[in-house]
Amino acid sequence: MKSMLRRVLMLLATMIIVSFLTYAAFELISGDAAEAMLGTQSTPARVEALRKELGLDAPFLVRYARWLLGFFSGDLGISYSYKQPVAELIAPKLEVTLWMCLISFIIISVVSLPLGVLSYQSVVGKFGWIHTTLNQLLMAVPPFFTGILISWGCGVILKFFTPGDFPDMHADMAGAVRYLFFAAICIAIPRIAMMVRMMRSTVINEMEKDYVQTAISRGNDRRGVLVGHVLKNSLVPAITMLGQTMAEIVAGGIVVEQVFGIPGLGRLLVASIANRDYPTVQAVVVILAFWVVFAGMAADLVNQCVDPRLRLGGES
Amino acid sequence: MKKKMNGYLIAGLIITCILAGLAILGNFYTPYDPTAMSGAAKFQGPSPAHIFGTDNFGRDIFSRVLKGSSTTVFIASCTVLIGAVAGTAVGAVTGYFGGVVDDILMRMNDALTAFPSILLALVVISILGPGSEINVILALGIVFIPSFARLTRTAFASIRDRNYIESARLMGASSARILLIHMLPNIWSVLLPAITIGFNNAVLAEASMSFLGIGVTPPDASLGYMLSEAQGMFARAPWYAVSTGLMIIMLVFGVGLIGEGLQRLGKDAEY
Amino acid sequence: MRKQVLAGLLVLGMAVTALSGCGKKAQTTETTAAASTEATAAASAAETQAASSASETEAASSAKTGRAATNEITVGIAQDLDESLDPHLAVAAGTREVMFNVFEGLVKPDPEGNLIPAVASDVEVSEDGLEYTFTLREGVKFHDGSPVEADDVIWSIKRNADDSEGEAMIPALTSISDITSEDNKIHITLSQANNEFLSYMTLAVLPSDYDGQDTAPIGTGPFKFVSRKAQDSIVLERFEDYWGEPAKLDRVTYKIIENSEGLIMGLQSGALDIVSHLGNTQTSQLSDADFHIEQGTMNLVQALYLNNAVAPFDDVRVRQALCYAVDKQGVIDLAFDGLGVPLGSSMYPAFGKYFDASLTDYYTYDPAKAKELLTEAGYPNGFDMTITVPKNYQPHLDTAQVVVEQLKAIGVNATIQPIEWTSWVSDVYMGRQFESTVVGVDASEMTASAMLKRFESTDSNNFINYNNADYDALYAKAQSTFDDAEQTEVFKAMERNLTENAANVYIQDMADLIAVRNGLEGVQFYPLYVLDVSGLYWAD
Repeated sequence: MKSMLRRVLMLLATMIIVSFLTYAAFELISGDAAEAMLGTQSTPARVEALRKELGLDAPFLVRYARWLLGFFSGDLGISYSYKQPVAELIAPKLEVTLWMCLISFIIISVVSLPLGVLSYQSVVGKFGWIHTTLNQLLMAVPPFFTGILISWGCGVILKFFTPGDFPDMHADMAGAVRYLFFAAICIAIPRIAMMVRMMRSTVINEMEKDYVQTAISRGNDRRGVLVGHVLKNSLVPAITMLGQTMAEIVAGGIVVEQVFGIPGLGRLLVASIANRDYPTVQAVVVILAFWVVFAGMAADLVNQCVDPRLRLGGES
Repeated sequence: MKKKMNGYLIAGLIITCILAGLAILGNFYTPYDPTAMSGAAKFQGPSPAHIFGTDNFGRDIFSRVLKGSSTTVFIASCTVLIGAVAGTAVGAVTGYFGGVVDDILMRMNDALTAFPSILLALVVISILGPGSEINVILALGIVFIPSFARLTRTAFASIRDRNYIESARLMGASSARILLIHMLPNIWSVLLPAITIGFNNAVLAEASMSFLGIGVTPPDASLGYMLSEAQGMFARAPWYAVSTGLMIIMLVFGVGLIGEGLQRLGKDAEY
Repeated sequence: MRKQVLAGLLVLGMAVTALSGCGKKAQTTETTAAASTEATAAASAAETQAASSASETEAASSAKTGRAATNEITVGIAQDLDESLDPHLAVAAGTREVMFNVFEGLVKPDPEGNLIPAVASDVEVSEDGLEYTFTLREGVKFHDGSPVEADDVIWSIKRNADDSEGEAMIPALTSISDITSEDNKIHITLSQANNEFLSYMTLAVLPSDYDGQDTAPIGTGPFKFVSRKAQDSIVLERFEDYWGEPAKLDRVTYKIIENSEGLIMGLQSGALDIVSHLGNTQTSQLSDADFHIEQGTMNLVQALYLNNAVAPFDDVRVRQALCYAVDKQGVIDLAFDGLGVPLGSSMYPAFGKYFDASLTDYYTYDPAKAKELLTEAGYPNGFDMTITVPKNYQPHLDTAQVVVEQLKAIGVNATIQPIEWTSWVSDVYMGRQFESTVVGVDASEMTASAMLKRFESTDSNNFINYNNADYDALYAKAQSTFDDAEQTEVFKAMERNLTENAANVYIQDMADLIAVRNGLEGVQFYPLYVLDVSGLYWAD
């Protein structure tokens, strides 16, 4: 319980650092928010009035605290570009991006865990190098390249989905998920290769450990040992790695959304950077970072269930 | 086993040397001027004259890929250099001395790794201003510091209390000397594979950024930018996207194999 | 993201911005609903009936395109409407293009560029050109159902004429000395006569007591605004209480797809029915069985705009040399598959009588002559220059790339600096910190001034810092000339002045290709940057 508490505290600390860095970075570059909001309509008098109204005359730390409070109460400010609340702007996109990440995450987990274990068998065999080479090759495939090929192959030619026509999530959930599935695959391919590789080396390391060697030397069936002990112990690093994968999924998603024309946070982020719409950029960056931190945290929690020893705070 | 490990290394080195050679060559010589346009040669498929075909301006894609590779390789190399040097410095200091500095830096490190690398690069690029090669290098370089720092910190910390370090210290060697002369050579086995991985991440990150239009933009077309150009004419010139995409894959693949080989060599050495 | 199609549009857009006043005058405009013009209204009424009965039949027999049966279309647009939707504040041409269908002014433009009555049913102008009397049309309603009153009109005009906090949104309106209403008449008195005044009355009439224009705009046009999802879609619906010929489609969805490849895929996959501002590279990927291509012009002046205040472009010989060194037709052939109209001055053909075609070939492609001029100017070996280009406009980037190649022939080493659109507006357009830039400049109203006023030396939109005393004198003369023929000659003299002094390296009015799904009819080109969807209908 104590270590749990510690984790949560560390999580909070990390989040505060993340949000502070983001906030400070954009404060630094965004210039005068009031001026930016007024745009072509700005006059000194109007700017001054708006600064007061927005509380921009307060000291930096006060503004940060206000922003942070606003963030947790759902008030993310007003978009410079769209003149509407950022929260309103982000909500539908957040949903899309989270689903895409989730689908990708599921694909990665479902494919790579069994594959990783199975590949152990072949690696020690004669054709291990084929696996290793294939793995390296798949890791080298940029998601946006796969995206171009898949949207033509599966979209325009095979018509599995309609590129450019992302269905409304609420009206046509099945269609939206199908659409996201193809984007998720592009993100997943290199990650699967990476997971499989990592799983394999974990299993190999584990197999070389004394207790396994002892078990085998005592005449236990190799496969039995693998299933009985090694897998369980390999699960912990695998889950940790899956948690870390979320960062890469989010990163891949930013690019893949552009390729597939998915109205998610990534596209909003890129456009907002181009438009210097900093309230939106700030909010999106912090949300994505929180999402990644949460994923890592969730992986830790799952691990503690899988391996109670970790609760004692033994291994890290 | 040993032979096989070297197999990756050798295969990787061969692929990488060929591609790096081409990229370097691309700086001095290309079959055609990569920017020369020809109305008569628009959208030609691959042929003996243009082995990768031509684009919408009739420019030779092979020449453009060569030039683009050299930009990409240059940026990725600089990025890794920044990340590795700065990261190792941070890792060395924190790993060797430990204490409060260690705590603070590592906490910041954790916070930074919460940002997916592209996200962080996007943040840095929006601060530095997009479009220039230097800014892309800086943005990505900064992004790669934390992972190198974390990795080398562990390595430095693990050998900090070894006997030979201890004795060097007793003999009055300065900390700098100990770090550079005694410790650094011992972490190469960790650092080298990390550099290959870092290089690959840099190639992919740079390509992603340029693809998004916030990295390098013309006239210094990099492979990522070319791919985004190619996407717009995929129906008419699929060879453009395919040859550019394959070039990225092969670059990363070659260096990935080197990393694989190095890792296995390193492991071997340990036992 | 970038890709050519879009770019094309955008280009314009920016131009618009510029024109309209980026300078803080943002004027943007007006636009009005474009519904079908009155001239075509009667004719199309019959067609509508035919169309609707046709679509019923089709629906009954399970239509080929589901959309024809539902009487809706989806328009692919490349530029998000990422700004205020208030028509008085919005600056992007892309926004205006869509909102043209939502708003109207007292008068509005028709496809020929003439002004026709809209919210006003009639206008009388006094002999001396100082008094305007508009008669408010009976029964015009805002989209929220409330009737349009004289107060709304006056409020809308005053809002744009207000210069109490700096420059007015439409500086030309500051010449209004008095504005009053009496029943359904609105009287406007000007302090100085202005031939072009009526064109400013295309500014959108908005309800005076509504503060949601930024995000939920209300106008009087044939379509009403339903929703906007950032980077995703804009939805418009037919306004049933429209005063004129109602729109034929029930619903129009604008789908935002920021790259041309996505637009083409959207057309091919059936997600989109119509996309404008395409290039030949894109349209050639579409099959004739499904689409027909309508060709018009973008209505803008694409040029290599030169900062006349910066060396070496402050030397007229250098500017002329560049004009001789750039092969317009070569640019059009290489980057635009030969589609585009070469230009020689800051005026495009849709302006009709104001356009002087003879200026187009004033400088013929002649690198030797260019070299000579450069030598005379003291640059025998050429020089280095930077071409700043807003990078979201692929056609401008394409043009710039060809220009860079062409300039190599005279030893000029140009590099392209692609920047964000917003940076372009602030640094190049407003800050004037640049050497040269390739963009398209268009007109927000159909007035010669909209194209030519910006080169007057003190004009706030004179981003190229053109400074020519003759030109200023000509402009002053144009302002005080009320005889139309005479004024037209003065404007033409201004165009000639720009050409002779090589103010910019003029290139072309780009071709505007619209891909339309077969069965969808009624596309009309305007001399402005708009897409009128009120006249579109599904034919048999």
